[in-house]
This record gives sequence, structure tokens and C-alpha cells, in this order.
Amino acid sequence: MDEFRSIPPAEARCAIAFENVGVRFDEGEILRRVSFCVWERETLILLGETGTGKTLTLKMAAGLLQPDNGSINVLGQRISDMKEKALLAFRQKIGFVFQEGALFDSMTVSDNVAYRLREDGVAEEEIEPRVREVLRFVELEHTMNQFPSELSGGMRRRASIARALISRPPIVLYDSPTAGLDPVTSQTIITLILRLRDVYGVTSLLATHRLQDGFALANFHFDPYSKRVLPNPQNGNAAAAARMARTRFLVYRDGGVYFEGEPEEIASSEDPYLKRFLV
Amino acid sequence: MADTPLQVTGSRARQETPSVFEVLEGATKRSVAAVQDYAELSFRAVTNLATGPHYFQDTLDQMDDIGVGSLPIILLSGFFIGGVMVLQTGAQFVRFGQTSLTGNVVSLALVRELGPAITGLLAAGRCSSGMASELGSMLVTEQVDAMRAMGTDPSRKLVTPRLLATMLMVPLLTALMVFVGLLGGCVASVFSLQLSAIEFWRRAIDALEFADLMQGFMKSVVFAFILATVGCYKGLTVRGGTQGVGRATTQSVVISSVMIIVADLFLTKLSLYLSNKIF
Repeated sequence: MDEFRSIPPAEARCAIAFENVGVRFDEGEILRRVSFCVWERETLILLGETGTGKTLTLKMAAGLLQPDNGSINVLGQRISDMKEKALLAFRQKIGFVFQEGALFDSMTVSDNVAYRLREDGVAEEEIEPRVREVLRFVELEHTMNQFPSELSGGMRRRASIARALISRPPIVLYDSPTAGLDPVTSQTIITLILRLRDVYGVTSLLATHRLQDGFALANFHFDPYSKRVLPNPQNGNAAAAARMARTRFLVYRDGGVYFEGEPEEIASSEDPYLKRFLV
Repeated sequence: MADTPLQVTGSRARQETPSVFEVLEGATKRSVAAVQDYAELSFRAVTNLATGPHYFQDTLDQMDDIGVGSLPIILLSGFFIGGVMVLQTGAQFVRFGQTSLTGNVVSLALVRELGPAITGLLAAGRCSSGMASELGSMLVTEQVDAMRAMGTDPSRKLVTPRLLATMLMVPLLTALMVFVGLLGGCVASVFSLQLSAIEFWRRAIDALEFADLMQGFMKSVVFAFILATVGCYKGLTVRGGTQGVGRATTQSVVISSVMIIVADLFLTKLSLYLSNKIF
């Protein structure tokens, strides 16, 4: 199992690739020489303290911000050189779950979820069943006509995931999806991310400061037949393990990549900085 | 102690203090960049009209908000401004026994100057501030980023409909204000100066030439452009959370009001020049 986890899956391509990316604001250099790759169908957990550039990294991966140097390739296209007009079209392939949901507060939940379809000119008779289906997936079908202000924090995150999911993007970026939520609601969100990963096979980049979210994604999977979250097969069942979606960790510190590796490596690490996340 | 990150020694503090020249240089650069960004946003908002997609429903919603929503304050203000104009000018004309000229003066003043200027200032107070606060709130809650992440150009979806709606509604509001102002002037002249209503209206209409109407119309269109673009620009450049939204709202009213008054001078000079040359 260790051997399987240390190499990229066979024939997998880099879905998101950062090469020597650097960003500088008025306050100083936020990121410098950041390089990593998120393989197709892989979940990369981006760990780091507040202000280390996690959200910045996600926004650059979606082309919402451009780096000052280095290059970013997403699904084989160099988005760091793209013009905004080209990026607007390209972003159809990416789902983005914002930290606070970022739902349009003047629209109902169903209008929020249907937003992208309406922008694409999809017929109204096709929109309604698709919105209902995706809201059923996140168990929010009963909130279709409610406004975001009428939802709880966890429900808003789920609605945001539904909105990101509606166009079935191959890549989903999650910005601290469990931040500020109670443990039960956080578990609901993580289960939803697991289902999304294992049912639709999406590639994910997930920024968080909660290591337990990463371990939940690394050690469990959603079984579509029994419709339950089950622990991953343990050592000795390499064939079954190979079918599981891969999860890796990337830790930021002081604007750079401090650690990149497998869940087992970070769990067994004696590094004082990494151990701070384990507490 | 001096080596700890939280300690700043006297010499270090002196080194980091910028010189007066550096402060002025920074402020100038920021001002030039702001003017450049404002010009770019305004240009894009206008050129968006030439290419799709167009957001007709958003434009209609804005027209309702700006046009119908502003009617009460515009009509009420117009009525009383017309009345006050008659009382002030009538008191002077009584000295020369020429009270019948009151209709001429009030008509010219309202059509050429007071109608467009006061409508522009009232609309700036109501609509420019509304645009800045609405777009600013959307920006700080990441709704603008969410829009971009879903492939929508915010300048096309948020700015152009507001600009178009304002440029269509403010001239109409100006026309209504002028009419109601003359109505208020008529009431005041009948009861205060004992003029006949027919005489007042005959004088008011006869005094007007096509050039006067064009002057008022041109001013109202330019004022509408100013208040919409300033409101949207301040909203989309908010910094500093909800406090920043409040600041941007105030600034949008102050800047658009001052710009309207300054532009009024140049437009008056231009109109007088054109009326001599063309009309």
C-alpha cells in the first residue's frame, strides 16, 4: 500500500500543476517558488496556518488571480498566461466552493444552483430536474425556494457544493469547507466531499487547517452500492487499495512548501511544525 | 530584545519611515492607478453593450429600482424647487412690474440647469451609494469572485446593466422633475403673484428653444454616466470588509456629486458654444 501511494496512478496526468509560482502584494512576498502537482482523481489536502496563502493558491488554480512569476497548468492548459476572457470560458471546467459559501444572497437556493446553467443558456425544462438532482445529492431538496440567509452555516456550504457540482466539473476546489462549523456538521460536509469524489471521480484541491478532514478523506471511501462511508482496505489488499482515490498532503509554511507527502508520512512525522496540526 | 520579531529598535524604526517624497510618490501612483482603473471599467461597461451576452432582466430590474424607486424624491423635490424659484424670482420682478416674466426664468433655469443638476445629485445620493454598497457587499462576501469562478464577467453582469439603466432613467427623471417643477412654479405664481396659470405656461413654453432642451438632455445623460460608473467603481474596489463598504458608499456620493458639479460647468460652456454654432 505504501508503494502504491508513493507513485502517481498509472497513466494519470497532472490535473493541476504549479511550477515555481510566486506572488507578491504590497505587504510583501506571500508565496515563493511553490511547485506541486495534483494528479487526476487525486485529492490534495493543502494545510497551513491562517495567512500562509492557501486561499490564494486555490484562487490562482481557478485563474481568479494571476501569479507574479512561475506557471500554472490546469487540465493541460497554461492558465497563468490566459486573458480574462479565455479564463471565463475555461472556468466552466472548475467548481469552486468558497469558504463562506459565497452564495448570491438575492437569489433563492435553486436559483443559485441553477446560475451556471442559465448562464450557459440551458433550457428551463432541463434546469429544474438537474437542480433538484444535485440538491438531493447534498440533501437540500427541501430548501429550493429558501434564501441563503434562511439557511444554517452547514446548509450554506452544502448549497455551495451543489452549485459547484451542477455542471459536473472534473476539478473541484474547496476553500476551508469545514471552517467555523461544529464537528457534526463538519463530518456531514466531509462525507459529501467523499461522495462527490467517489461517485463522480473529481480531482480535488482542498485547503484547510484541520488535519482530521484530510485523514477522513485519506482513510475512508464512499461505497455507491451500500451507499455508506467505509474505511479503506488495509495492508495486503493492494488491488482494492489501487481502486481507492488517492489523497496526499501539502503543507505551507512562510510562503513556501514545507512538506509534501502521504498521509502515513505526516501522521508519523516527528517534525514540531507538522505535529502542531496533529494536536 | 531587539532581535525578537515584536521589538522595533529606534534605528530600525527610523529606517522604515518613508520620506515625504516617497509618501507623495506613492499617493500619486495610487491616484493615477485609480483613474486608470476607473477609465478601464467605464470603457468595458460601455463596450459590453456591443457584444453579448446581454442581461436584459438585470437591466429592467435596475431601471425599476433607479427609475421608479427615485420617483418620489425627484417629484417632491421638483415641485418645491419650482415653487421656491417662483417666489425668489417673482419677488425681484415685482420691483419692475414684470412678474409675467417669472415663467420664462423658471422654465429656462429648470430645463437648462436645475433639472439635470438636482436630479443628478439626488440620483447620486440614492443610486450611486446603493450601487457602491451593493457591489461592495458582494465583493467582500466573495460573491463577485464566485461569479467569475462560474464564468461570468462581473463588468458585464453587474456594471453594464446599472450603467444602461441609469443612462435611460435619469434623463426621464429629469424631464419629469422639470415638468413637476413648472407645475410647482405655476401653483406658486397663481397663489403668490396672482398670475394666470395659462399665462405662466405660455411664457414657460415660449421661452424654451431646442438648444435648451438639448442642453438639459445632454447634461442628464453625462451625469447619469458619472454617478453609475463612480458607484460601480467604488463598489468593486472596496477594501477592508464592511467598514470599507461604508467608506466606499460615502466616497461614491461625494465623488460623483463633485464630478457632476464640475462637469456641469464644462457642459454649460460646451452647450452654449454649440447652441451658437449649430442650433
